Amino acid sequence: MMANSGALALIAWLLPIFSFLVLAIVFPFRRLGRPAAWFSTLCAAGAFASAVLAWRIQSVAAHPVHLVWPWLPTAGKTIADVGVLVDAQSTIMLCLVSLVAFLVQFYSVGYLHDEPAPALGRYYAYQSLFAFSMMGLALAPNLLQLFMCWELVGLCSYLLIGFWYQRPSAARAAVKAFWITKAGDVGMLVGIVMLYRLAGTFDITELHSMAASNALPLAGLSIITFCLYLGAMGKSAQFPFHVWLPDAMEGPTPVSALIHAATMVTAGVYLLVRTDWLFALTPNVLLIVAWIGAFTALLAAVLACVQDDIKRVLAYSTVSQLGYMMTAIGAGVASAGFLHLLTHGLFKALLFLGAGAVIHAVGSNDLPNMGGLARRMPQTALVFIIGTLSLAGIPIFGGYVSKEEILGAVWGAHLTGPFLLLMLVAGLTAFYMFRVVFLAFFGTPARVAAVAHAGAGHTTPPRVAHAALHNEAVVEGAHVNETPHAHEPPATMLLPLWVLAVGTMVVGVMSTFHLGGFAAAEAAGETAPGWLTPTAVGVALAGIALAWATYQMRAVNPESLANAFGPIRSAALRKFWIDDIFEGIYSFVLLGFSRIVGWIDRYLVDGVLNLLSDWTVQAGDELRGIQTGKPQDYVYGIGAGVLVLILLMRLVF
Amino acid sequence: MGLEPYLFLSATVFCIGLFGVMTRRNTIGILLGIELMMNAVNINLVAFARYTAMAAGFVFTVFTICITVTEAALGLAIVILLFRVRRTVMADHLDLLKG
Repeated sequence: MMANSGALALIAWLLPIFSFLVLAIVFPFRRLGRPAAWFSTLCAAGAFASAVLAWRIQSVAAHPVHLVWPWLPTAGKTIADVGVLVDAQSTIMLCLVSLVAFLVQFYSVGYLHDEPAPALGRYYAYQSLFAFSMMGLALAPNLLQLFMCWELVGLCSYLLIGFWYQRPSAARAAVKAFWITKAGDVGMLVGIVMLYRLAGTFDITELHSMAASNALPLAGLSIITFCLYLGAMGKSAQFPFHVWLPDAMEGPTPVSALIHAATMVTAGVYLLVRTDWLFALTPNVLLIVAWIGAFTALLAAVLACVQDDIKRVLAYSTVSQLGYMMTAIGAGVASAGFLHLLTHGLFKALLFLGAGAVIHAVGSNDLPNMGGLARRMPQTALVFIIGTLSLAGIPIFGGYVSKEEILGAVWGAHLTGPFLLLMLVAGLTAFYMFRVVFLAFFGTPARVAAVAHAGAGHTTPPRVAHAALHNEAVVEGAHVNETPHAHEPPATMLLPLWVLAVGTMVVGVMSTFHLGGFAAAEAAGETAPGWLTPTAVGVALAGIALAWATYQMRAVNPESLANAFGPIRSAALRKFWIDDIFEGIYSFVLLGFSRIVGWIDRYLVDGVLNLLSDWTVQAGDELRGIQTGKPQDYVYGIGAGVLVLILLMRLVF
Repeated sequence: MGLEPYLFLSATVFCIGLFGVMTRRNTIGILLGIELMMNAVNINLVAFARYTAMAAGFVFTVFTICITVTEAALGLAIVILLFRVRRTVMADHLDLLKG
């Protein structure tokens, strides 16, 4: 039975790579498009089935299954193995990854139905490769395999963000994502190698037992864990490396759901969860993790409040929730962060896919173009609201318990500062998510309203006017008028939405009422004070109420609300200048360096050469005088030469 | 008679020829100087051939005389052509190779 779960996990891991290889090698099949898509989706479904079976076995098993093959053999021992480490943590991660991967692939068949067949085949090849890499990351038995899969998911992220590579903005975003995550990855690689020098192994199980028996020297460990955390910062979009994630929304929406919400960006959190015993040895680094996490959560939540692009709101919300998870890990309760990772994976994928359905129907990303969609597409609206309530942390919805656990953990660790930040974020989260809900699904499209206002002689609010102006450049006018004709998405897109919504509700209900596997977890780690839950829910409800009053009832004028937070709002609209600072540093360093190199080339390299050639020319000028052209002068020369030779022979030899 | 007088004669003729080559401004004079230098060599060859009693020296002298004739013919032909083109045969004026 034990070996069984290892084999099942292995099947789950290898099915996507099989699909990828088939699509990559049999290129006529790939170029068929739709059959290739269904083939890949089928493989993902198979992977999900075996992942669930492996989890069912492993969740009750006493010992993890360590199924490895030697790799990089040297005399005596192997430097690293390759294989799977199957335990409760990795199998449930496997379930999440394969479930979301499967649903996203299924959804994409409907979402990308306008794509030409070869591009569709390419998309599914990337998707399969991503599923393989992410599962390899979840199952990695050692840090080396984890790092390889880590880089592979980065590559897939790059390929999929740049899927519409004809668009310059998409190509730029892909490169930006790649570079920024790479900057963190360098730190991570350094950390892994230093850890190997310290401990002599890459194996996670061995490292764990060494840490448990205090066999790891503590000197220098802080640097190692910080280096590992750098990698996690890049991948999980922690401040200041969060700038790539909003830009990554240039990719197709299902890609954002899979990679930039549910799975890849949580890889950093997963790495820290996987090695939390290592981080527990270095409390100073944990403190950094907690503070940066909380700060990231707040920063991203503020940024999310001013975005007009529905996907960017969700992207900043993802950054914010990742900050939540990191704070939990920083507080030393990695299990709470992991639980939030799982629930967040479900409801954020749901939100992204729901946003995809909206974008599909409206033909625009911008909130001012939406409005009143609840009547046109009630099912989408319903599942989107379920996702929103989960994200806001309302009881019986998915994100409620995991959020409470994190807040309890942070309070329990006496991190008052991060705790207050997270509380503020909880309110902001509810506010900006319901802002999206009210703007998109209720009321009338703001652009239509703005036009009506202008027609009635009212002055148009500057923000709306600006948004309308902006949209006209991006979206053709026809799209705006499409809103009344928006309709429910096709079944291939609705089905995944419902699956995720039901999944979120099941998790939410089970966790709220301590059913099933949650009962034990609750009993183990109940440290939160009694006032915590009502406060958190109250803050969330206050956020919802503010959004309702502002964007639904129009009791509070959005403009006066915005003016109340004037400086913050204008700063947030400029993304707190973080992108500009990056660009400034980038251009300062790069331009400075190229100036220096240019100076060296111009004045040192060229200078030496010019000097030599000048000397040669000058010497020629000086010497041309002796070239008289008169035959007799040459005869004198010959005579003199002969005389010199004779003298030499006399004197020297 | 020993070898030395012949060698003195040869050296004298050679130096007269060299002086002519170096100082004459007329190209034909230069050619004459070259001719004298060649004949100095011939005297040298014949003197040594007699002195060492080896016939090879005489044979070489005949060769040299032939070559001198052809050289003179070629040289004069060049001078005539030069005169046609440049309207002068003065060496001072033939400085096309001046740098």
